[in-house]
Amino acid sequence: MAKIIVMTSGKGGVGKTTSSAAFGTGLALRGFKTCIIDFDVGLRNLDLIMGCERRVVFDFINVINGEARLSQALIKDKRVENLYILPTSQTRDKDALTEQGVEKILNELKKEFDYIICDSPAGIERGALMALYFADHAIIVTNPEVSSVRDSDRILGVIQAKSRRAEKGEAPVQEHLLVTRYDPERVEKGEMLKVEDVLEILAIPLLGIIPESPAVLRASNVGMPVVLDDKSNAGQAYSDAVGRFLGEKIEHRFVKVEKKGFFDRLLRRTA
Amino acid sequence: MSIFDFFRTPKKASAADQAKERLQIVLAHERAGRDSPDFLPQLQKELLDVIKKYVSIDDDKVAVKLDRASGYSTLEVNVELPAPAKGAARAATGKVAAAGNA
Ligand SMILES: Nc1ncnc2c1ncn2[C@@H]1O[C@H](COP(=O)(O)OP(=O)(O)OP(=O)(O)O)[C@@H](O)[C@H]1O
Ligand SMILES: [Mg+2]
Repeated sequence: MAKIIVMTSGKGGVGKTTSSAAFGTGLALRGFKTCIIDFDVGLRNLDLIMGCERRVVFDFINVINGEARLSQALIKDKRVENLYILPTSQTRDKDALTEQGVEKILNELKKEFDYIICDSPAGIERGALMALYFADHAIIVTNPEVSSVRDSDRILGVIQAKSRRAEKGEAPVQEHLLVTRYDPERVEKGEMLKVEDVLEILAIPLLGIIPESPAVLRASNVGMPVVLDDKSNAGQAYSDAVGRFLGEKIEHRFVKVEKKGFFDRLLRRTA
Repeated sequence: MSIFDFFRTPKKASAADQAKERLQIVLAHERAGRDSPDFLPQLQKELLDVIKKYVSIDDDKVAVKLDRASGYSTLEVNVELPAPAKGAARAATGKVAAAGNA
């Protein structure tokens, strides 16, 4: 049975698109047929992060409007089997996302895919509402920072009241917390909220902690989801999160400041 | 080119260089097309109508591919024609290289 996952946050710029790309690619790497949809109409970016910006012909909105078929708009990833991207329109606005239109396409995708990831825009307007409306799972992307945590709480409220599962009185959307841009050094200095604090406030299960990492910028420069950089801590943390989502027991890593070894210190002194 | 260049290993573009190049290409295309309505759906429809005047084709057997490069784009339209009576299906490929920004 296909599952729809929304990557959402309320607040902008916290790492939804980075996480959609990494998480979706991680699922495909484990053999699940996965499609990542960009719901940020008018501000398309998933294509850049996935490195397929030059191959966009038709988009999500063209398919909703019946101007192209779904198979024509889906872009197959060149690196990973089983991975597809459905880009959004750069020229239309969010009103193009009709409930019936979105539902029809999601139903079509459900026949073919194991997982459908909806990369939500920021805010709680139409685009964000449509991205979360049909979800079975919601991954709440949160930075350890006051406004992000508050907006996450707000979006959780929206999911609990306005998702289809809520409206139809079905089993609720399963919520997962993904803390991103976590900087253990600053947490240790008391400058940044601890993951425990964020968890205590939001009180939803923790899926993963993605450290602040230069690998994320590097990956976006070249259009590669960071999970493919398996040497980076951020890439490994995303891969762990995918494993946990699939039910594996994996301990959280990269939450403590790495102890510098003797040689590290020696090298540092001379560097 | 000096003789020394010969011994230098060609330097791979840095991540930042690659980012710049990707942005220049994608933005050149976006700026050029910013105010024009999406023409590809209409183009596809009209192309199909013309082809249908001559052969009957299945709407599902049409693939349109676009590759944006700097300075030009390639538009590739693949139409799978039905097999004549028996035998394998034949594919007719039309490539349209559009100069400038498409
Ligand atoms: N773990 C990380 N370490 C370092 N930088 C990160 C990390 N995660 C995300 N970023 C950076 O944060 C910025 C915002 O990321 P991203 O575009 O994924 O956020 P978003 O939530 O999708 O934004 P929007 O709300 O605009 O859609 C980007 O510059 C990205 O490179
Ligand atoms: Mg985004």
